[in-house]
Amino acid sequence: MANYLIKRILMLVPLLLGITLITFTVIHLAPGEPVEMATAMSPKASAATRARLREFYGLDKPLHVQYGMWLSNLSRLDFGRSFAPDNRPVLDKIKERIPITISLNVIALILEFGLALPIGIMAAVHRDTLLDRAISVFVFVGFAVPTFWLALLCMYLFGVKLAWLPISGIHSLGSDQWSFFWRTADLARHLVLPISIATFGSLAGLSRYMRSTMIEVLSQDYITTARAKGVRERVIIYRHALKNALLPVITLLGFSLPALIGGSVIFETIFSIPGMGQLFYQGVMARDYPLVMGILVIGACLTLIGNLLADLCYAVADPRIRHGRG
Amino acid sequence: MSLARTVCLLLFLFLTACGQDAPWNKAQAQGGAQFVTGSIGEPSNLIPILASDSSSSDISGLVYNGLVRYDKNLKLEGDLAQSWEVSPDGLQITFHLRRGVKWHDGHDFTSRDVLYTYRVTVDPKTPTAYAEDFKQVQSAQAPDSYTFRVTYAKPFAPALASWGMPILPAHLLEGKDITKSPLSRNPVGTGPYIFKEWIPGQRVILEANPKYWEGAPHLSRYVYRIIPDNSTMYMELKAGGVDMMGLSPVQYQRQTTGKEFLARFNKYRYPASAYTYLGYNLRLPMFQDVRVRRAITCAINKEEIIQGVLLGMGQIAHGPYKPGTWAYKPKVDNDPAYDPVNAKALLQEAGYRMGAGGILEKDGKPLSFTIMTNQGNDQRLKCAQIIQMRLKKVGIDVKIRVMEWASFLTNFIDKGKFEVVLMGWTISQDPDLYDVWHSSKTGPKELNFIHYLNPELDRLIVEGRGTFDMAKRRDCYYQIQEILAKDQPYTFLYVPDALPVVTSRIKGIEPAPAGIMHNFIKWYVD
Amino acid sequence: MRDNVSSPVREFWERFTTNRFATAGLVVIVVLFLLSLAAALVTPYSPDTIDAWHVLLPPSASHWFGTDELGRDVFTRVVYGARVSLKVGFVAVGIAVVIGTVIGLFAGFYGGWVDSVLMRLVDIMLCFPTFFLILAVIAMLEPSIWYIMVIIGLTGWMGVARLVRAEVLSLKSRDFILAARVLGASDLRIIFRHILPNALSPVLVSATLGVAGAILTESALSFLGIGVQPPTPSWGNILTSGKDYIEFAWWLSLFPGVAILVTVLSYNLVGEGIRDALDPRRQ
Repeated sequence: MANYLIKRILMLVPLLLGITLITFTVIHLAPGEPVEMATAMSPKASAATRARLREFYGLDKPLHVQYGMWLSNLSRLDFGRSFAPDNRPVLDKIKERIPITISLNVIALILEFGLALPIGIMAAVHRDTLLDRAISVFVFVGFAVPTFWLALLCMYLFGVKLAWLPISGIHSLGSDQWSFFWRTADLARHLVLPISIATFGSLAGLSRYMRSTMIEVLSQDYITTARAKGVRERVIIYRHALKNALLPVITLLGFSLPALIGGSVIFETIFSIPGMGQLFYQGVMARDYPLVMGILVIGACLTLIGNLLADLCYAVADPRIRHGRG
Repeated sequence: MSLARTVCLLLFLFLTACGQDAPWNKAQAQGGAQFVTGSIGEPSNLIPILASDSSSSDISGLVYNGLVRYDKNLKLEGDLAQSWEVSPDGLQITFHLRRGVKWHDGHDFTSRDVLYTYRVTVDPKTPTAYAEDFKQVQSAQAPDSYTFRVTYAKPFAPALASWGMPILPAHLLEGKDITKSPLSRNPVGTGPYIFKEWIPGQRVILEANPKYWEGAPHLSRYVYRIIPDNSTMYMELKAGGVDMMGLSPVQYQRQTTGKEFLARFNKYRYPASAYTYLGYNLRLPMFQDVRVRRAITCAINKEEIIQGVLLGMGQIAHGPYKPGTWAYKPKVDNDPAYDPVNAKALLQEAGYRMGAGGILEKDGKPLSFTIMTNQGNDQRLKCAQIIQMRLKKVGIDVKIRVMEWASFLTNFIDKGKFEVVLMGWTISQDPDLYDVWHSSKTGPKELNFIHYLNPELDRLIVEGRGTFDMAKRRDCYYQIQEILAKDQPYTFLYVPDALPVVTSRIKGIEPAPAGIMHNFIKWYVD
Repeated sequence: MRDNVSSPVREFWERFTTNRFATAGLVVIVVLFLLSLAAALVTPYSPDTIDAWHVLLPPSASHWFGTDELGRDVFTRVVYGARVSLKVGFVAVGIAVVIGTVIGLFAGFYGGWVDSVLMRLVDIMLCFPTFFLILAVIAMLEPSIWYIMVIIGLTGWMGVARLVRAEVLSLKSRDFILAARVLGASDLRIIFRHILPNALSPVLVSATLGVAGAILTESALSFLGIGVQPPTPSWGNILTSGKDYIEFAWWLSLFPGVAILVTVLSYNLVGEGIRDALDPRRQ
């Protein structure tokens, strides 16, 4: 196990390098020079400022040297300063935004697994019945409806017409003076819509995957044997089949994260949630290169960590495992 | 399955928590003397000379004061200056500063602050867009703590108005690098509201200044909520989460006419101090021919644009001034009227012939260009599409490109890399046009980016700003409007109406020529 | 072997059509396809004729889906928008499938370091929130429908690569491949003549789902203002222009929204149907 862990962590190194390399390449595809943006909003920026910035980003050097410099800055957790007029360190800007995005997505992830697995099992057990079809249509509708449209419709229905839930933001005004209980309840109320919609949209992939794995397991010989022996159907499904069907699902855990984080751009814009997705969108539109590069790297690293955790869970759950996937 | 049950239980909790004793219901019922406004964008920098976005200036406007300001009838009145004298030749202004005014941190406001603000603004190291007017100053002195004197080398008509610039606290900034100052996120001013907190991406909160020299504002708390999506903001307004916003014409005319809405909100409508225009890059040979520019204007039906984009709530513009102001010439003789036949004739005269595919050609090159405009302004995008259709009818092929504001300015406008832009200017109270139209302002990052060079116009602009004689100034500006109408370096399109809506809980709003915000500190709640 | 070809296809078709949902999906897709091809025949209006005096009219006999914020006929725009949205879906997926298939084939066939390098590349690409990558690139380039299709394609090939690789690994040691090798066929010939055709079925399923994903991605980009640019109608940008009027001009968002919903749903159902019909266990 320890061996596996070390091996798995060593594997992260090339992946991390690859992530930075791809981020760097993507940003340098863009026409124009980052420094022009940095000095653009300050019309009187002197030639000296410009030169200083060029030097800081090493823009006078060949690309591979620039990449090396950026990498060595990164290794010291120095993501540079934002090109936005506030000129703050990128890391500060990301740090204050990341907790809300992570917690939102983790809750959505938990709900996704909590709902998609039972739904998938149900569909597999009642395979090819009306229930199975209904479930598949339901989860696919969730996937197929453009999220911002559904979000607006729900905001209008629950926020304006029924006035049950707040429309946007994450806190009510003045909530800082409430007791802890009410503050938490307030936060929860604000998150009901974004999280439900995010979860609804992500059910399809996982539940269909669960369904097909379950069907596969249920057609295995040992299940047939168990049935022949007269073991009750419930026991077969929940004790024998489920255990084996769940295993491959764990690896999916890590991969669900990037999809959810990607969707946070839309959610955070429409629900005015001050998270990383919103920040990224602003950064991209304003060509705030250090910010965009910072978020890309951090976003990818989050997934990396998610995958690592998923693999570790898998290793713990399945003692046969000796090495990682691939 | 137990998980599903937990989820149900949680949902049940939320719903029951919506009962009467939940604090959010109480908060909503009371509302209190709290005022919430919404904004699409987040402020960038709360040191006013370092920011040029409207969100930053919305906040700065309540936190800082200038020496002078415009009153509700757009006349200059004293703000931090109690009074002032202008020397007979108009070259020297002496401001007598208000005594007993304190910065929000308790320090006394004195002439040192004014002097500092002037110096830091003209300092070449300060990255500000507001240095131009102050550069006309020959010398500035502070003879004592409550007197400030500026001298100009030659008469400068906008001089007095230029001192509306927010005054910065010298005791917190002097000798420091202003671009690195914490004040940019934590401003200290003299104004009616004191900065309390800024939660990035969520809101900025200001509290009423109890010691404000005009008296404490009635609304005790000002909340500036950042809501990046316009549809979301409108729903927040209807749900009571926002007290004021600017409506779109469609919202004003079609969505907010019900009895229920009108009982809960007051709508206002008055001409905005801004115009929208189509600007041609005059570096390009295609647009150097005045016949082409006039033809384009003739081909565009401005009435149709006002109807389609503003649902009729706006006025045709034919020059850079707001209808009804003193410099505005009501009837401009040279303005081309909507006349597609004439447009075609003018293009024919300029040497264009109909080519394949219904697009005009000259020397084998099609008459085709791209209109660029900024993102986030739905009205401009609609306007561009109407123009595109109209120009196609006379044989001009138009493409549209929408871009984010900052990169639009840097990568295209500042480099002269555009063909036609669809943009807008705010109309300042003083009619001086130097920054936008003088031929010396065509450099990078300057405002005459269409590269319009006209010695006659330059002469009139300089003459207009160089005299205090109102009749003479007006005469200059009337002539300028004729020249611009004849030359059509821009096709001036429209002056839209501002359409603010405020919840009816708020009383004391007095619409005036200056709009509704002029007496914000007198607004109150019953 | 060769004269047997028609029989598996027929068998597949028979199994596919027993799934009524999938069949319905297929019908929807075909109808939409024909409708978008015949756009000019089904509507008397042009998608970009503006009528400033008749904006946001509710559905009526002359405007079945009402008019939009510039007085254009919404039905016409939805029909023409189908062309654009379907084009985005197909081209993007085409790019993704080609890249993914080639990478999967090579990785699976050669194994060893080629496999390691290519699969690490897949792992790395999978780490990025795809939508972030798409956003970063598109916002920085000149917005055009071609860029949108290419970028969606370039960021969506990883799943295909994994599928193909897995398939190749299972095919590699099969008798007919070994036979081809013994007969002296070149690597490329083996890869493209013998392995590729057999690895195509999982690709078909994932491509069908990919089309749906690309249509949704375009609509999300339109919401953010960097999707297909006006006046070209796409479902995404019609829906976006309708979002400001959701409360009273419901027709402007309802029809494109439902169009996206139904289309994406259909592609998913068809994808599922193909998967089930190809599944050897179901015979």
